[in-house]
Amino acid sequence: MNIRGILAIYTFEMGRTLRTLGQSIASPVLSTVLYFIVFGSAIGSRMQAINGIPYGAFIVPGLIMLTVLGQSVSNASFGIYFPRFTGTIYEILSAPLSFVEIVLGYVGAAATKSVMIGVIVLLTACFFVPLHIAHPLWMAFFLIMTSITFSLLGFIIGIWADGFEKLQLIPLLVITPLTFLGGSFYSINMLPPFWYKVSLANPVVYLVSGFRWSFYEHGDVSLMTSVTMILTFTLACLIIIGWIFKTGYGLKK
Amino acid sequence: MQNGTAIEIKALKKIYENGFKALNGVNLEIRRGEIFALLGPNGAGKTTLINAVCGIVRPSSGTVAIGGYDNISQYRKARSLVGLVPQELSTDSFETVWNTVTFSRGLFGKANNPRHIEDVLKRLSLWDKKDEQIRHLSGGMKRRVMVAKALSHEPEILFLDEPTAGVDVELRKSMWAQVRSLRETGITIILTTHYIEEAQEMADRVGIINKGELILTEDKKTLMQKMGKRQMIFVLREQLTTIPSELGSYPLTLEKDDNGGKLILTYDAETENDISDVLDNLKSHGIRPKDIYSHQSSLEEIFIELVEVK
Repeated sequence: MNIRGILAIYTFEMGRTLRTLGQSIASPVLSTVLYFIVFGSAIGSRMQAINGIPYGAFIVPGLIMLTVLGQSVSNASFGIYFPRFTGTIYEILSAPLSFVEIVLGYVGAAATKSVMIGVIVLLTACFFVPLHIAHPLWMAFFLIMTSITFSLLGFIIGIWADGFEKLQLIPLLVITPLTFLGGSFYSINMLPPFWYKVSLANPVVYLVSGFRWSFYEHGDVSLMTSVTMILTFTLACLIIIGWIFKTGYGLKK
Repeated sequence: MQNGTAIEIKALKKIYENGFKALNGVNLEIRRGEIFALLGPNGAGKTTLINAVCGIVRPSSGTVAIGGYDNISQYRKARSLVGLVPQELSTDSFETVWNTVTFSRGLFGKANNPRHIEDVLKRLSLWDKKDEQIRHLSGGMKRRVMVAKALSHEPEILFLDEPTAGVDVELRKSMWAQVRSLRETGITIILTTHYIEEAQEMADRVGIINKGELILTEDKKTLMQKMGKRQMIFVLREQLTTIPSELGSYPLTLEKDDNGGKLILTYDAETENDISDVLDNLKSHGIRPKDIYSHQSSLEEIFIELVEVK
């Protein structure tokens, strides 16, 4: 395995992140603060506790997921799309790197950045609401797996996109609505039966539920269902990426 | 590399999805340590050939062996021997010269070697720019950065796809000098170029590709001897209506102009001609040239002739 090659891509991508560290951190921290001011203090103080959890604390896992999903997709999609756009991808394709190594480099860096931002959002939340994490290891599992899986999805989008518009299309039209409707700000048990069933088709529900369970031991679906769903989603992304590299789709003519 | 062969390409074909045949059964052997110039008009298949060898384009059929290693089944060993400088100026604008060249070395799995990177940058006159972001460099310097990236992992074979495209004459000559100095270090160099003068100046062997087919590969000197025409031009004092029939044994043509016109003796490198004999004969027929000069066809003329014939 070309470990140095993987590290070269990883370090290069992390270097790009560090160059824009201010905006990388400022943007998610600012959004989190705004959400807490609006939903936690202004509206949240008038809302009932959900399953015994104060509303301000209840939305913390959802807010972290909201940020992590968006960051993972945008980091990974931009990471692979940019060299395709500038033409520097020639260097990656002509290097003695296997496709697995290329994915490890790009997705590894995107996922690392997402985890870092997830932790920063969590720390920011601590300033607004008292937080208790019942199962830190499960929390870390969901945070890392979500970052990896959605970075894989971002990588696929970055390969598929043939313009900056397309790069924004899936995050705007698919990821954001799914996240907002995935129980980030409410429990899907609060929905009418029909919409509850519709929500179960949303994969983000399982991520938010499992993540919230790791904080408060209470989720919309069982822990194992959440784990199974995220692993299934990871597998699906890996299969698509495997097909991309087998056919050369978007990379090799 | 074994047996003096750097690259062996056999029956290489590339047909794109839209049906365009970019390569149509190319067979080519590149010798170790040579400078090989691949010439061809736009769309002839030069870049596709390079990209197929380097792993950027998937060939439809055929094989490529680099240093004896198959470029698909043994791609790691094969690719580690090759450095590629593509035609387009594709650089990471916000990176520094040092970082981007170090990154390239890492991609090829080589341990960090600041001394080698320093040596490459110095050789390409980039050392004083090592901490500058690439976006602040001139076009010529960016081109050199791309060469530095390609040399960062100490390749044995270097592909230069149009290395002096869009570069001014002075820089082009400096690039030629750098390419020559690279060859002296033992690197095999394959270059494509639009400037035939470049191939004439530098190449040991020349390959001419047109419409995806390699029309010929030949030692440059042999090619110029075989295909190159020589002409002895006699500038006349007075107009000549026809060439005297007694001079019919010479391959002479008459070119008329507003002055006295010209008599042109055309022959190839293998034909022996005694110019003094021709002169004596002209004199005996009252033809007294006021000036005599010779012309030898350039590689460019040979190239145009070959491509047009095909």
